Amino acid sequence: MKHNPKDFWTGLLYIFFGVSALTIARDYSMGTASRMGPAYFPTILGALLAVIGAIAVIRSFITSGTPLGGFAWKAMALVTVAVVAFGFLVREAGLAIALPLLVIIGAYASARFKWRTALITALGLTIFCAVVFIMGLGIPMPIIGPWLGG
Amino acid sequence: MELLDHLLLGFQTAASFSNLFYCFIGVFLGTAIGVLPGLGPTATIAMLLPVTFVLPPVTALIMLAGIYYGSQYGGSTTSILVNLPGEAASVVTTLDGHQMAKQGRAGAALAASALGSFFAGTVATFLIAAFGPPLAAVALEFGPAEFFSLMVLGLVASVVLAQGSLLHAIGVVVLGLLLGLIGADVNSGAQRFTFGIYELADGIGFVTVAMGMFGLGEIIRNLENEGERSVMVTKISGLWPTREDFKRMIAPVLRGTGIGSILGILPGSGSILGSFAAYAIEKKVSKNRAEFGKGAIEGVAAPESANNAGAQTSFIPLLTLGIPSNPVSALMVGAMIVHGIQPGPSVINEQPALFWGMIVSMWIGNLFLVVLNYPLIGIWVRMIMIPYHLLFPGILVFCAIGVFSLKNATFDVYLMALFGIVGYVFSKLGAEPAPMLLAFILGPLMEEYLRRAMLLSRGNPWVFVQRPISATLLVFAVLAMLSVLIPAFSKTREKAFKE
Repeated sequence: MKHNPKDFWTGLLYIFFGVSALTIARDYSMGTASRMGPAYFPTILGALLAVIGAIAVIRSFITSGTPLGGFAWKAMALVTVAVVAFGFLVREAGLAIALPLLVIIGAYASARFKWRTALITALGLTIFCAVVFIMGLGIPMPIIGPWLGG
Repeated sequence: MELLDHLLLGFQTAASFSNLFYCFIGVFLGTAIGVLPGLGPTATIAMLLPVTFVLPPVTALIMLAGIYYGSQYGGSTTSILVNLPGEAASVVTTLDGHQMAKQGRAGAALAASALGSFFAGTVATFLIAAFGPPLAAVALEFGPAEFFSLMVLGLVASVVLAQGSLLHAIGVVVLGLLLGLIGADVNSGAQRFTFGIYELADGIGFVTVAMGMFGLGEIIRNLENEGERSVMVTKISGLWPTREDFKRMIAPVLRGTGIGSILGILPGSGSILGSFAAYAIEKKVSKNRAEFGKGAIEGVAAPESANNAGAQTSFIPLLTLGIPSNPVSALMVGAMIVHGIQPGPSVINEQPALFWGMIVSMWIGNLFLVVLNYPLIGIWVRMIMIPYHLLFPGILVFCAIGVFSLKNATFDVYLMALFGIVGYVFSKLGAEPAPMLLAFILGPLMEEYLRRAMLLSRGNPWVFVQRPISATLLVFAVLAMLSVLIPAFSKTREKAFKE
């Protein structure tokens, strides 16, 4: 029966990353202490991380801690989707499509989302970014991308 | 006097029109983001880095530094007026500052904060000017072993000062070091942890990590607690402190400046620790201790002086040793590298105009802030009222475009999204992500120094304790670690973070 979920899950994550680092580093050459190969430092760190993770997991069964609390799944998913969609669209469809989508999907994560304000914000930010970043700073992003014949 | 010559050179650099202009922009933006809750200096600096790449290095660094100490000022304004610390270092200011505002003495509280900060900033500027060069001279003697131990000390300090479980913080640091190693190995050219992804060959950009963890991660965290924020702005009245107030301010300002300056130099803390310590000490030694928590001007003056002094002196390790002491200076190290400046003890001799220009600009920036704060208070108050749901889509846009513009790579945009999740999940699990960024930047440097030290010692690991400076640094690191395990200290640490 575990009492400290924060310790438990963090520990598992650390073990996962530590062991992954150790496993992957086995493909690189270790070298010697005086002439360290590319695997030397990562191996030390990976082992250290795995040990820290193991201690955290063991500790989670002994101590009691506060519960995790609700994850903001909706906010996390929408923010991530909004940013990924922007990355996916910015070159091909252009800023005029990618940016409003980023703003609207992102804004939808808020409990106070309203279509009217979101659309106005999207329009305002798109014009602002087109003027400042593309015309002003010359960042190579198309306003209308090749997908739309730009 | 050599010191005066140096400061004069600094003035010549800092007082050029464009440097003054960007210094002003920096402190203005800094104050604004300090006022806006939910947007901190780390995220802002990360967002603005790509923009500063077009500026000359001195100008860029002057502006970035301005954002940092400007945010301390803005943070205190919201603490006093609406009881919301816009920034972590001004948390204690809410205790007495907001009480004063409720009693109709908001003006006096704001003045105490502004004047205390300005005095502290002035002293700290001279401290940097006085102690920077000798410290850099010492650091020039450092070999790889010393640098390695110094970085260990820096990381240990950031772990000790991080919020939450010590074990989690150590883990986060080790993970950050590992992430820093992604990409081509400098010595052998071997591709490490790249999973055959071509974009990872050069490693992960620190701006991508910072914007993901602090920009996006912070947005998700804020959305989780949405709606808990109701803003009530107190009327500003009693604009100037009374003679009695001034008398009561002097000693706390002096003590706050001293404490803040010393604690600011410590790696990992920056200005946060100083403001807590100054408040705690003032509460013990003050004649008016009974008034604390009910609107004592000492309770505003001391922590405000301390956090500004600390914000300034935290540049000492950055400028003289090239070791960042908090996420903000970690970003500045990154900015220097992008501009082709290798941060370290040689900067002071090789780029005197940059070094001294930056120091003097900090003083000028503080002067701007004192002058700015009064006439613009109306704007700040209106900014506090901007609801978060209107603000965060804009932050999202700046993060996305900022990261894209670094290398015109959509891959970095995806990576930033991933680090947003990482930042949020780790903070939910009780492992603050700030030390991770520090470790991420130090990772490759640490490996390099470890390699060189071990090469010189022919594989003898005792070299780190046989060399006196290196050994001293490691002893400090061990002491810092032990101090957390001593119950008395860990209790204060808990209490300080809870308040």
